[in-house]
Amino acid sequence: MTKLAPVLSAHWDEKDSFTIEAYTRHGGYKASQKALAMDPDAVIQLVKDSGLRGRGGAGFPTGMKWGFIPQGDNKDHYLVVNADESEPGTCKDMPLLMANPHVLVEGCIIACHAIRAKHAFIYIRGEVTHVVRRLNQAIEDAYKAGHLGNGVDLVLHVGAGAYICGEETALLDSLEGFRGQPRLRPPFPAIAGLYARPTVVNNVESISAVPAIINNGPEWYQSMGTEKSKGTTLYSLSGHVNNPGQFEAPLGITLREILELSGGIRTGHTLKFWTPGGSSTPIFTQDHLDTPLDYEGVSAAGSMLGTKALQIFDETTCVVRAVLRWTEFYKHESCGKCTPCREGTWWLVQILRDLEAGKGTEADLAKLLDLCDNILGRSFCALGDGATSPITSSIKYFRDEYISHITHGGCPFDPVASTLFVGAGA
Amino acid sequence: MTTTEIVDMITVIIDGFEVSVPKGTLVIRAAEQLGIQIPRFCDHPLLDPVGACRQCLVDIEINGRAFPKPQASCTIPVEPGMIVKTQLTSVVADKAQKGVMELLLINHPLDCPVCDKGGECPLQNQAMSTGRSQTRFEGVKRTFEKPINISSQVLLDRERCVLCARCTRFSAQIASDPFITLNERGALQQVGIYEKAPFKSYFSGNAVQICPVGALTGASYRFRARPFDLVSTPSACEHCASGCDMRTDVRRGKTLRRLAGDDASVNEEWNCDKGRWAFKYVTAVDRLTHPLVRNDAGDLVEASWPEALAAAAKGLKAASAAVLVGGRATHEDAYGYSKFARIALSTNDIDFRSRISSDEERDFLAARVVGSSTTYRDIDRADQVLLVGFEPEEESPIVFLRLNKQFRKRALKVTTISSKLSIGVEKLNGEFVKVAPGQEAASVSAQALTAQSIILVGERASESAGVLTAVAALSDSTGAKIAWIPRRAGERGALEAGAIGNLLPGGRPVADSAARVDIATLWGASSLPSTIGRSSDEIYAAVNSGAIGALLVGGVDPLDGANGESALAALEKAFVVCLEIAPSEVTSRADVVLPVAAVTEKSGSFLNWEGRARKFDAAVHDSLNRSDLRILSMIAEEMGTSLNLSTVTSAAKEIASIGAWDGARVQMQQYSSTQSPALNGDRFILTSWRRLLDLGTLQKGEENLAGTARQTVAVISPSRALSMGVSDGDLLKISTVQGSVTLAALVEDIHDDAIWAPRNSRGSQLLVNLGAAHGAVVTVVKI
Repeated sequence: MTKLAPVLSAHWDEKDSFTIEAYTRHGGYKASQKALAMDPDAVIQLVKDSGLRGRGGAGFPTGMKWGFIPQGDNKDHYLVVNADESEPGTCKDMPLLMANPHVLVEGCIIACHAIRAKHAFIYIRGEVTHVVRRLNQAIEDAYKAGHLGNGVDLVLHVGAGAYICGEETALLDSLEGFRGQPRLRPPFPAIAGLYARPTVVNNVESISAVPAIINNGPEWYQSMGTEKSKGTTLYSLSGHVNNPGQFEAPLGITLREILELSGGIRTGHTLKFWTPGGSSTPIFTQDHLDTPLDYEGVSAAGSMLGTKALQIFDETTCVVRAVLRWTEFYKHESCGKCTPCREGTWWLVQILRDLEAGKGTEADLAKLLDLCDNILGRSFCALGDGATSPITSSIKYFRDEYISHITHGGCPFDPVASTLFVGAGA
Repeated sequence: MTTTEIVDMITVIIDGFEVSVPKGTLVIRAAEQLGIQIPRFCDHPLLDPVGACRQCLVDIEINGRAFPKPQASCTIPVEPGMIVKTQLTSVVADKAQKGVMELLLINHPLDCPVCDKGGECPLQNQAMSTGRSQTRFEGVKRTFEKPINISSQVLLDRERCVLCARCTRFSAQIASDPFITLNERGALQQVGIYEKAPFKSYFSGNAVQICPVGALTGASYRFRARPFDLVSTPSACEHCASGCDMRTDVRRGKTLRRLAGDDASVNEEWNCDKGRWAFKYVTAVDRLTHPLVRNDAGDLVEASWPEALAAAAKGLKAASAAVLVGGRATHEDAYGYSKFARIALSTNDIDFRSRISSDEERDFLAARVVGSSTTYRDIDRADQVLLVGFEPEEESPIVFLRLNKQFRKRALKVTTISSKLSIGVEKLNGEFVKVAPGQEAASVSAQALTAQSIILVGERASESAGVLTAVAALSDSTGAKIAWIPRRAGERGALEAGAIGNLLPGGRPVADSAARVDIATLWGASSLPSTIGRSSDEIYAAVNSGAIGALLVGGVDPLDGANGESALAALEKAFVVCLEIAPSEVTSRADVVLPVAAVTEKSGSFLNWEGRARKFDAAVHDSLNRSDLRILSMIAEEMGTSLNLSTVTSAAKEIASIGAWDGARVQMQQYSSTQSPALNGDRFILTSWRRLLDLGTLQKGEENLAGTARQTVAVISPSRALSMGVSDGDLLKISTVQGSVTLAALVEDIHDDAIWAPRNSRGSQLLVNLGAAHGAVVTVVKI
């Protein structure tokens, strides 16, 4: 029995899945017709009833977020879709938009109706030009078909490639033409977001889930998932696995099940560690194979569901090296606004480089942990917090491996062994 | 009278102590009320909170619900039921603050011994209170090329910067000059300018002053002194009538630095770059140090004080004399000149208006301005502000900052009646009522104001006939308050001191016999002259016609007036006693020159445009120079009379004893505007104003400051430019019968009849070059 439940990804295997023809062939743009005929408050209630939670990482109930928008305030409202997918390991929104951009367009139409917005913006990562082109085509086709332009206008904004712009308020600043740096909250976007107007910022996958919920009803969505984590979601499997890719399943599936469905760890190797939701979520090990991958399950086990980016590392991987690479990413992407993240990541990298090169001491480990303690919960936004997750979790599970770098006077691993081209005659 | 505003108070507990503060107060400031200092860098009470440095983290709970992590106390307003634990009572907050301090220092150079900020550095101080004694950082520090000039007067050492964004927020939020921003990201984030646009703000020095580290330094002060070698004296700014509170820092008799002082009701914590960085004139090599007397051969030669005083007294006694005192005298010095004219010279021929002026203005000042008190606070409360003959940013920069504050806070409506739209008014999003130069009066009358409105009238309003009459009428019909804002620091004080022909001290009209008796009694004089005195222009004319034979001149540039040639001729002709700090067009023509103290060398006070006294003490104590007042007393003694004003303090006491005038004010006569001249082809009407940074005598020798002055241009309207085939940068020659200036054209929003040029900037000294500044018909040709 398969535990997969393709809803968003149901038709991705069709060659023309990204076209408006394919989308309408499978009942596309029916949900928006249905929703537009409903009272906006009823749409919000329906989404609340479905139990849909934000798929961008934090898992905030989507319907509740929509309900925060003040009504009857005679102000413009905006919907902003966060398509600035850039967390290391996270790769769900781009495949979704490649395969089925129209589901997002339709989701935007419904969400705009619900929150009484006339304008929606999709802020997309600039590097993925192929996705940008496909989404542009979809928007153009939706305009031609009359889905857009009759009450809702949709603008695709291409970002310039900064991780911080995935943070919703930095995204809004960037969208307004400023440097992307997180804003002070309050005011929250629901009160003063884009151009200081009430704004909903949602992840691509959250908005894309809405058409199916409208079509099939909240009970149908409620029937999938676990007690507090309803519905299906995209799990993105990557790394040392035989068959990486997107696996859509009800929330609460375990990594063991996904590995079984997908063909398992790289042949001849064993699982060493993995991230449940991208590099900002504390890592897991073999011991967490049966942890239910829903918001509560992962949280109870000491990490976060995040973006469900399952990066798999087998026993050939040096955890110190992997953590250093991630930390270099955070140093590079720190926006510089606040001290802990800006200076902290600068320092973390230097300590980790020394440790990896065997130049560290055991005291450096204590310093590293103390430094993480001074960054976590002290920085302006979650970027700084995220930067500490791989470090503290890896020291928790693999302290001996850090020590062995010190005693060994360098990395005890052969870096080539962890590459995908090893044994391929490269 | 003060009105109390009803404020909601909120009581919170900080470190176990209760404190009640107005709703909206930030936690960090509520703690200050209890004397609890939470360390901070980015926080500044006059800037919007940003929460960037994270130095001020504290533990907070509200009604029993604790925040899961420490919060930046500079971003969170107090709430009922809030309990705050700072570093003093929370281990978590203490560790968080120490952690942030350690992080701030990892990339900060340990160059305190050569850093200008060392000794007065918030980072240094707070590193002592909140930092570790030994660093744990063994890595590589971030380095940058240093320093870089972000303007000719501001230098940036990027590696010292803690990226608190105070400077960028000041520039954007207070000055509306967003010429510096944070660029790049992560630890490489840095303050920067657009490569083609340096930090040319009139207020850039404030960014230097509020920098909590040594990242921004002033070019003139860099590497000049250690803070602990400086002796600081609270002072007042002599550069304009805004009335900034200042601090003058002196080392061994030499002023090295001036800073903005704190006065919430006037300049808050800001000042302009001229006030901050123009003080070298005091120590200029050509300062006058000894009295000079013209000998029989006609040469000015050094003389002893007794010789010089005797010569001065003799000359002033020998002929009918008049007094010209420039607008830079202190209130006490002006009072001395005023009393000297009446007691020693028995004349009302005294005028402080060493500039273009009119009889209409003299009436207006006596009828509407003397004794009045419109204040900055009134601007804060005004429903709208009308600018007449006044460019706040150029002519009284702190008034501009106050208008800008209210504009940003509550979209205060500002309307200007002018021929040219200025940068400052654009920043205020002001309504531009475009008029031809000279035709302002009709537009003034057409304004719809209320009793909550304010009319800010500049000294240039006197340059168009009928404008001040219209202002008075508008005030009468609407109830709007009038504030007269001259450029110079001493003008309001001189007006109150009666250094003008129609007024005695304390706003007493010369023409009023009871007023004369009032003052005569105070002065112990049997009577005072009763004829209304002449204006500056009339005094020069009277010298040239032979009616006046001697002049007592203090701090006057004769070329600032409408008729420079007449002034120079008069100075050549009359017996002139000149009180000056440096050689000038007057000293070279004087018969006796007496050196006087500059502002930093004496005590006294200025009355700013509000009429508010701005007292100051001598910052330089070992100066041998005496105040004008002291020297006037000595001349009077030599002439056989006594001013009874031996010290500044005694003058201040005597002024205070005068009291307000409760008699009738001078009635204003009605003046009407002149007809607009007929224009054709290459004829334009000239208009101009002085820029904040220009060739003003007190800016002498300040090259760094001059580097941020605005470009000298001639502004022409788009339609006239089109018809003349002129585009930006083309050279325009503006001529009168007296002469010409040739300037680069700038096509901007200006009345079609008008051509604008700066009045006293490099290459454009209109009064000298053209003999005109406003309202005159000029010829403009493209060359």
